[in-house]
Amino acid sequence: MNFNIDLTGEFVAFFVLAVCAIVGAVLALNFTKVVHMAISLAFTFISLAGLYVVLDAEFVAFVQVLLYVGAITILMIFGIMMTKHQGEGQEPTRPLLETLAAIGCLCLLGILIFAIRDADFPTEVGNLPADSTREIGKLLFTQMAIPFELVSVLLTVAFIGAIALAKKEEDPQ
Amino acid sequence: MLASYLTLAAVLFCVGLYGVLTKRNAIIVLLSIELMLNAVNLNLVAFSKYGVHPSLAGQIFSLFTMTVAAAEAAVGVAILVAIYRARTSVNVDEFDELRR
Repeated sequence: MNFNIDLTGEFVAFFVLAVCAIVGAVLALNFTKVVHMAISLAFTFISLAGLYVVLDAEFVAFVQVLLYVGAITILMIFGIMMTKHQGEGQEPTRPLLETLAAIGCLCLLGILIFAIRDADFPTEVGNLPADSTREIGKLLFTQMAIPFELVSVLLTVAFIGAIALAKKEEDPQ
Repeated sequence: MLASYLTLAAVLFCVGLYGVLTKRNAIIVLLSIELMLNAVNLNLVAFSKYGVHPSLAGQIFSLFTMTVAAAEAAVGVAILVAIYRARTSVNVDEFDELRR
């Protein structure tokens, strides 16, 4: 157990972005309107993209912005708009379920934090290649070629399936 | 530094888990699952820099996770819209067709 952390620029950036991410996630659970929840989660996703930049993963950060903030949030807002999202009257509260879920989540969080604090991590900082985007591209087309192609097959199947599911059926009458 | 990232990811994962367990709106459940996947991605990227053997493999795994998450979100929203047409509701506790 040691909590001594030197105040470097990376730690300051990490701290600010981490607070933004947690605030976005917690606010998302507390808002009552579904659209507000989606926007608040988009804020969390942007903060995580910033954290990836801090971690020297620029390419992952840009993919995060494009995919999560751009695509998934918009997709979820489409889903919200295409379904009924106004709360009809007062939503029945389920105090027992919420209490049990909160206790379970807090127990899991405690176990995880205890395990993290207890673990012994190496202290030396790794040396990633300077141009990580180029190296990722090379790896994707040499060592990771088969998973890369499988991902393209998965995406095709998923989007054809999504279109087939959401297609409006003709009225029988 | 690695421990800080792992702790943040644990917090985000637990917030997402709470959302999945307690929210009634299925879209918010899907978004909470995305939050949990993002926590895992943060772990992968943190280990790719601060792990025992720093390499780009963690970043590539996180890219694959994001792709699978995008496919999951697309299919999830499509299923939701189809269920909404049949039941005019998006509350997960009303999807009990299999129980009847």
